[in-house]
Amino acid sequence: MKKKIVVVGNGMVGYKFCEKLIAKDAAQEFDLVVFGEEIRPAYDRVHLSAYFAGKTVEDLTMAPASWYAENGITLHLSDPIVDIDRDAKTVRSHHGLVEAYDYLVLATGSAAFVPPIPGVEKDGVFVYRTIEDLDMMQNHAKKAKKGAVIGGGLLGLEAAKALLDLGLEETHVIEFAPRLMPRQVDDAGSKMLQTKLEELGLKIHLNKNTQEIRGNGAISSMLFADGVELEVDMLVISAGIKPRDEVARIAGLEVGVRGGVIVNDYLQTSDPNIYAIGECALAHHMIYGLVAPGYEMADVVVNQLVKDKDKSFKPFDMSTKLKLIGVDVASFGDAFIQEPNCQTIVYENSAKGIYKRINISNDGKYLLGGILIGDAEQYNMLLQNVKNQTVLPPDPEDLMLGARGGKEESGAGVMALPDDASICSCEAISKGQICGEVLAGNNTLDAIKKCTKAGTGCGGCVPMVKDLINETMKSQGVYIRNIICEHFEYTRQELFDLVKIKGYKTYEEALDGLGHGDGCETCKPAVASILASLWNEMILVKGNDTVQDSNDRYLANIQKNGTYSVVPRIPGGEITPDKLIVIGQVALKYGLYTKITGGQRIDLFGAHVSDLPAIWEELVNAGFESGHAYGKALRTVKSCVGSTWCRFGLHDSVSFAIEIEERYRGLRAPHKFKSAVSGCTRECAEAQSKDFGIIATEKGWNLYVCGNGGVKPQHALLLASDIDSETCIKYIDRFLMFYIKTAEPLTRTATWLNKLDGGIDYLKAVVIDDVLGLNKQFEDEMNMLVEAYRCEWKEVVTNPELRKRFTHFVNAPHIKDPNVKFEPMRDQIKAAEWVK
Amino acid sequence: MSNILAEDTLVWHLACSEADIPENGGACALIKGEQIAIYNFKRRGEWFATQNLCPHRQQMALSRGMIGSTGEEQEPKVACPFHKKTFSLKTGACLSGDDYQIQTYPVKVENGMVYVGL
Ligand SMILES: Cc1cc2nc3c(=O)[nH]c(=O)nc-3n(C[C@H](O)[C@H](O)[C@H](O)COP(=O)(O)OP(=O)(O)OC[C@H]3O[C@@H](n4cnc5c(N)ncnc54)[C@H](O)[C@@H]3O)c2cc1C
Ligand code: SF4
Ligand code: SF4
Ligand code: FES
Repeated sequence: MKKKIVVVGNGMVGYKFCEKLIAKDAAQEFDLVVFGEEIRPAYDRVHLSAYFAGKTVEDLTMAPASWYAENGITLHLSDPIVDIDRDAKTVRSHHGLVEAYDYLVLATGSAAFVPPIPGVEKDGVFVYRTIEDLDMMQNHAKKAKKGAVIGGGLLGLEAAKALLDLGLEETHVIEFAPRLMPRQVDDAGSKMLQTKLEELGLKIHLNKNTQEIRGNGAISSMLFADGVELEVDMLVISAGIKPRDEVARIAGLEVGVRGGVIVNDYLQTSDPNIYAIGECALAHHMIYGLVAPGYEMADVVVNQLVKDKDKSFKPFDMSTKLKLIGVDVASFGDAFIQEPNCQTIVYENSAKGIYKRINISNDGKYLLGGILIGDAEQYNMLLQNVKNQTVLPPDPEDLMLGARGGKEESGAGVMALPDDASICSCEAISKGQICGEVLAGNNTLDAIKKCTKAGTGCGGCVPMVKDLINETMKSQGVYIRNIICEHFEYTRQELFDLVKIKGYKTYEEALDGLGHGDGCETCKPAVASILASLWNEMILVKGNDTVQDSNDRYLANIQKNGTYSVVPRIPGGEITPDKLIVIGQVALKYGLYTKITGGQRIDLFGAHVSDLPAIWEELVNAGFESGHAYGKALRTVKSCVGSTWCRFGLHDSVSFAIEIEERYRGLRAPHKFKSAVSGCTRECAEAQSKDFGIIATEKGWNLYVCGNGGVKPQHALLLASDIDSETCIKYIDRFLMFYIKTAEPLTRTATWLNKLDGGIDYLKAVVIDDVLGLNKQFEDEMNMLVEAYRCEWKEVVTNPELRKRFTHFVNAPHIKDPNVKFEPMRDQIKAAEWVK
Repeated sequence: MSNILAEDTLVWHLACSEADIPENGGACALIKGEQIAIYNFKRRGEWFATQNLCPHRQQMALSRGMIGSTGEEQEPKVACPFHKKTFSLKTGACLSGDDYQIQTYPVKVENGMVYVGL
């Protein structure tokens, strides 16, 4: 006989209970019937405010009604339970349905607590709990000018932000206590928070006791105990929550003095067949007003019903981070513990509006809790430290301030956590589970969300999940031999050496000699890059054309609609008027969109593949060369104008930039690389954000390496100072060859250095002190590559066989792809938007 | 979408010459108004043809993708140049975890000429 479970309440926790039960494959064992009072299936109340920001009901819905049907769950909406007959074991709904149960789960949540202030019933007074509340607020806000929120807690501040966003001219926050967020934040933190909120346009009133809500039918003002009257035409009450224990009371279940259905550690009420979970449950003498403990409660009950593991509900961490308001606020662990029971470290920066406090055990070993205002970036890390009782480093303030000195990458700390550290407390997902999934190939945030549900609740753990993904991937490179792919059981470095020793010149030779199978889109470009770095031969000959990445194969960058972009090299960013005119003429003739790039050259977009050879023929004839914007190769050497014109310039940065760019043009590497030369420390060329950057000094040049803009900006580090031009080039030769030989595929210099054992000090030892004894070889190899350079486009335009490959239709070379679409924009064209 | 074509409805269309398709790569032919990607998988001595349209962002690009194989079974595949979604050249199934399916076509080579069956 199947047993029947009836769930009362279809809110976040009630829904999660269903989801977890279904996940246990309990459909054969149980019939599941759900009664919800609201008119729609459960939605994400935590992100309710996002409704004002444009999220739809659908976006917020946890699972559509069809999900319940598909999983055999009977869902009655708009039909609250009004009575429980515990002897007959039945419930009765508002519409008169009587349903028998074997187990009853109360998940009735809570309602906003409305203090008995005279006038609360007036029009224009709202609570902030359901989608209907928000609809009504939105309507009323259209004609309202001045708004107020009673309650300066977590929810009150969120409601206040919502009023601001609804466009009210003035928004006041009225708090009874002497500080904001009294349960999470101390006095000093509250002050800082207040300043920040006032900057956002909120008006904060502390120590204010509302005595009356005045108005004729609709609210027009509020009167406070101190006699002050405040004119408002809209009010949101957010003074706390009141557990929905009405039905439980009627049924004679034990409830707390201040409300809430009393439950034991197994979430059983005084009737063992009736459970209470979520915000209606009074566990450990308290109401857990957050979603994560509610989910944990659902899990505990599900485990009991399916008799899986014996799990009880333990006191749950109530650390919180305020979302949305535009000011970071977080409190975690024991935020209020004071000396002499602990050591407290406080950091205050009023200019930046930052206040941080951490409480440390007296022996200095453990973090107990803390508060972060204005910058809560370290919240997740600190919280984990508290939860896992990690032994603190000698300078615990580093934890709160973030790593300084720039050597360590942020996020590296997550790997120090134990495997069972809970990362997503909403879904109770541990670090070990996430890392396991990453290793199993689920290495994007979306994939992790899909397979573990981590990050789908309050979202607070998302930054940490991202760090875990990155760090796990990175650690694979270090601890696991990072072989190229299933076709080559070698690391890139091994393959590089082997290809060189064997003297292979084509991908097919390498695959026959060192790999197996047919190859794939991973090993083909990797080997192609190695071949190019070793021999610097034309990349489109000897059958190597089809192993190039698409951009290399067509010597141009593929763009959104399948057309390509054309980027001629403009060394150092210096160009003659004549050449500028040619670029303009070519763009006009072929209908191309033109834009100045970040690397001081000109990009021409929208070229049909079949036009590429003709376009380049004209450019080559005018003296241009390929800019290799399509290759994992040197991009540009940016320069400032330097001593030839600039009154501060120490040396001729443009000439040096051109020399460097012409030396390394066309040099292929594991990834693209960029450079820049500045004529003095004012650094107009931004050399310190480049893979290698050069800055003029009184005595010569300073050489910086391994900087990066892009996804993860990183400043370049000083490799050598006050060196002459010749030494500078020698060091760059060595540095680049060392990088080319040892980096993993598609690894920029910055990431390569981060992984390099010994870091910049080791790099200096190699490049300057020659600890490997390879510098002579590095220089010879580089010279060979420099000698071998030829412009790829020049070769294509003069070779009819190669030109032939640049068509869209092999059987109709004169026809262009009819699917290519452009749209007009600011007197030029843009690629038609693609389907999403 | 089905990949099984009854023999009697199949019409062979001349696409191009053998030399028009690069070895171990692909090119696109226009056949009866349709863009068909043809692949010369020299390494396996096999020819394949699929739609040229990548279903991901609807780009006419598959013929410009790299080909290769994957797994124990050495399933032949093509990777779209845009976002590297991969598709089986045999079945048209998406091999990189999405719910896409592309159309595949039979190919034959006779006297140096390539024919595609539509
Ligand atoms: C604006 C806002 C922001 C929040 N932000 C956060 C946050 O950042 N982090 C966080 O952790 N938490 C946050 N919370 C709290 C979080 O939303 C709650 O902890 C969570 O929704 C509790 O889930 P629940 O299922 O217990 O209750 P609810 O989601 O309230 O669901 C209970 C449901 O039961 C229904 N019900 C009641 N009585 C009956 C009955 N007799 N019969 C049938 N149905 C009934 C109710 O109508 C309701 O639909 C926020 C809440 C609000 C309102
Ligand atoms: S970096 Fe120095 S030399 Fe170059 S433009 Fe700026 S101020 Fe002038
Ligand atoms: S920043 Fe992003 S969108 Fe802009 S050009 Fe680079 S890749 Fe494209
Ligand atoms: S368009 Fe083909 S993978 Fe995105």
